[in-house]
Amino acid sequence: METSEQVLSPEEQFQARIDADIRIEPKDWMPDAYRKTLIRQISQHAHSELVGMLPEGNWITRAPSLKRKSILLAKVQDEAGHGLYLYSAAETLGTTRDQMLADLHSGKAKYSSIFNYPTLSWADMGCVGWLVDGAAILNQVPLCRTSYGPYARAMVRVCKEESFHQRQGFEIMQTLCEGAPEQKAMAQEALNRWWWPTLMMFGPKDADSPNTEQSMKWRIKRFTNDELRQKFVDMMVPQAEFLGLTVPDEKVKWNEERQAYDFGEVNWDEFWAVVKGNGLCNHERLQARVSAHDEGAWVREAALAHAAKRAAKEAVAA
Amino acid sequence: MTQQEWPLWEVFIRSKQGLDHKHVGSLHAADAAMAVQNARDVYTRRLEGVSIWVVESKHIHASNPDDAEAFFDPAADKVYRHPTFYEVPDSIKHM
Repeated sequence: METSEQVLSPEEQFQARIDADIRIEPKDWMPDAYRKTLIRQISQHAHSELVGMLPEGNWITRAPSLKRKSILLAKVQDEAGHGLYLYSAAETLGTTRDQMLADLHSGKAKYSSIFNYPTLSWADMGCVGWLVDGAAILNQVPLCRTSYGPYARAMVRVCKEESFHQRQGFEIMQTLCEGAPEQKAMAQEALNRWWWPTLMMFGPKDADSPNTEQSMKWRIKRFTNDELRQKFVDMMVPQAEFLGLTVPDEKVKWNEERQAYDFGEVNWDEFWAVVKGNGLCNHERLQARVSAHDEGAWVREAALAHAAKRAAKEAVAA
Repeated sequence: MTQQEWPLWEVFIRSKQGLDHKHVGSLHAADAAMAVQNARDVYTRRLEGVSIWVVESKHIHASNPDDAEAFFDPAADKVYRHPTFYEVPDSIKHM
């Protein structure tokens, strides 16, 4: 009997490996579209970590206590690390750090729209950790089993660190909710602003997400956008109830038959407007990124010059 | 000004005394000293290690996935290299 492998095209062999849950590693053959999809998704993910530092950076100097400030600093440092893990994973696919950053700075590459919303009060730090990182974890946990090895390994590290982020956010919310009426009102007000944008983090509805089917077939994605959004609502509504807060959606209601919460429709016009650059902070965020990069150019150059000088000195000494 | 990236380095961490250094990821740095410093900041924030190696990525030579069959498959039919290949009588102890 001839082995069937001999008649399989490279694409078919590749798909067979995916179907057998064999991870793809950097030097393995892969379809161009798989490579491109991953570069787009991983770099977008990395950009989100990087830009995600900005709304929180706003509160480092304003944190209400030394403990909160230390925690927030540690969290922001983690986000920088997550960005690095992810950029490194993308680089194994043949793109460069410079190229990815150039695409971010020119606006060609996207990052998560959630960071185009402003962080107006301390309770926003609670919501960012509890809701935004909670949504991120739901997205990220399945990615620990994604088909591309370096991406999966990066996500394992990210997920390990991310659960501290969510818990510290919940703790901020809990502290506010157990505090003065003004503090609890601040928590509710923040939840009102963050709830819907967080639901948008899972991306467009499945019917409007043309890439989902192929990404599921390649096992880059393991769940659809709508599946994850439902999981998130089911997870969060009871947590909000525990805090004594109300989710700003009148349609949220337990559905006994589905064993899940029904909920209202996301404002997709707002979603697309923010994606297209018209959110409250799109301009400010990108500007902050570009400035930080440009103003740091001399450091990068000086470090290279210093390394070259020292290497030359060592060569002479040897 | 010519845009030039810092070189890429692979990072290996010994998680505790007595264990091997294990590859954990990579990073960019201008030189080895900075690579070790950055590796410490990025990969050991939660007591993940007691020792760090960095190797500039360009110095790593790897086997080619296209050669994987020729390279590794010959080991597959040599079951006699494993102790489980051999039957030991029940009455024999300590073997």
